[in-house]
Amino acid sequence: MGTLSVDHLVGIKDLSEQDIDLIFQTADNFKSVLNRPIKKVPSLRDITIANLFFENSTRTRLSFELAEKRLSADVVNFSAASSSVKKGETLIDTVNNILAMKVDMVVMRHPNPGAAKFLAENVNSQIVNAGDGAHEHPTQALLDSFSIREKLGTVKGKKVVIVGDISHSRVALSNIFCLQKLGAEVMVCGPATLIPKYIKDLNVRVEHDLRKALEWCDVANMLRIQLERMDVNYFPSLREYTMLYGLNKDLLDSLSKKIVVMHPGPINRGVEISSAVADGKQAIILDQVENGVAIRMAVIYLLAQKNKRQE
Amino acid sequence: MGEKILFDHKELDLSLNRLCWQLIENHCGFENTVLIGMQPRGYFLAQRIQERLLELTSVKEISLGSLDITFFRDDFRRRDEPVVANQTDINFLVEGKNVIFIDDVLYTGRSIRAGMDAINSFGRPQQIELLVLIDRRFSRELPIEPNYVGKTVDAIDTEKVLVEWSNTNNKNDLVRLIRE
Repeated sequence: MGTLSVDHLVGIKDLSEQDIDLIFQTADNFKSVLNRPIKKVPSLRDITIANLFFENSTRTRLSFELAEKRLSADVVNFSAASSSVKKGETLIDTVNNILAMKVDMVVMRHPNPGAAKFLAENVNSQIVNAGDGAHEHPTQALLDSFSIREKLGTVKGKKVVIVGDISHSRVALSNIFCLQKLGAEVMVCGPATLIPKYIKDLNVRVEHDLRKALEWCDVANMLRIQLERMDVNYFPSLREYTMLYGLNKDLLDSLSKKIVVMHPGPINRGVEISSAVADGKQAIILDQVENGVAIRMAVIYLLAQKNKRQE
Repeated sequence: MGEKILFDHKELDLSLNRLCWQLIENHCGFENTVLIGMQPRGYFLAQRIQERLLELTSVKEISLGSLDITFFRDDFRRRDEPVVANQTDINFLVEGKNVIFIDDVLYTGRSIRAGMDAINSFGRPQQIELLVLIDRRFSRELPIEPNYVGKTVDAIDTEKVLVEWSNTNNKNDLVRLIRE
């Protein structure tokens, strides 16, 4: 206890339940740090972290950067749009060049699934996966479960439905692993074209009727429709998707119990979730964002602790 | 492995009383003074001191908080054993206050240095004082000295001073010196 079983955070799949508990306990402490008049601790004073974003991101990149700065780490940012990647440099070369400038940890988002694992195996640095294609987005899943734990007291035994584009979503996969490790029941809901064929092998329920799914659950996590990852049409029109799978105030109010509504952002208002619901009392969307910084601080702190200083 | 009792519950009780009277002498009404117990073990002592102070004076309220210094330690990534953080619970600002740090054993002084760093997140205190039950003199690594001392002990590095607080009965309170 007191230390993670992994040296990199590539995916939730590699973590044990104890690892997740440790991350949550540490995040509790960092959350209290974030509510102090001075929101900073000096722990990572001698650590340099590179944030490599080969894919667009606002929230996750800001959240990681804030987490790193709150821990007093030095931060360098890199985005693929303005880099030599465009000139044909390989991923390993790019990262090794950055590491040659004495960087201790790399936070990476990449459009290709498996990029974080590939890097963890091939370069001499600690890797934190900030999303790799449609594979995993571990810190998002951790902050989602942390937010459920905060709101409902525990994750164990809770029923969580993930609604929307499951096929293209790394958030969905990481969430399924994380929630199941913590003892929650998971259901996915969406049009048949957006639900992977073999998802049942992961021991999740599948439901195509949104109302039935919402009646079943304690928490609904509404995913964004990822138009940028869709090469063919998976549903006739956005309007039809919204009619069948959009969560609006009337539907939410007509349920027999009050459920918690989550969204990993960015929100397509009026598509998967209506403004009234997103800004309503049952939504914890902004709590998720706040918890994101504490969770990322915990992950980075616990990983850095494993990287003993070379004298 | 040998062991020696440094304080039994009677001596401990006497020392606590003396420490409290010394605090009262310097801080009388405790209007502008707050107690901060250093997590994890100093907080037990701080709770005892707060209770005792309320008994000994006519003061109605004395602020008490707990401070965890884990994220302010200077040996992060240098230790073999990871340290698990404890809760910090300070629901008041220390800006302009007289802060009394309370810890059970003062050894190298490094925890107190980290504590001085950590407390700044809650404001700039007017003054910080240090109260310890046991002062292991001659083992200091930083220029830090206590203002109030229960007992001064000469112990070598291989020895460990352990303060045991019982939850229910003060008669089981004990300070032991363990030789490894």
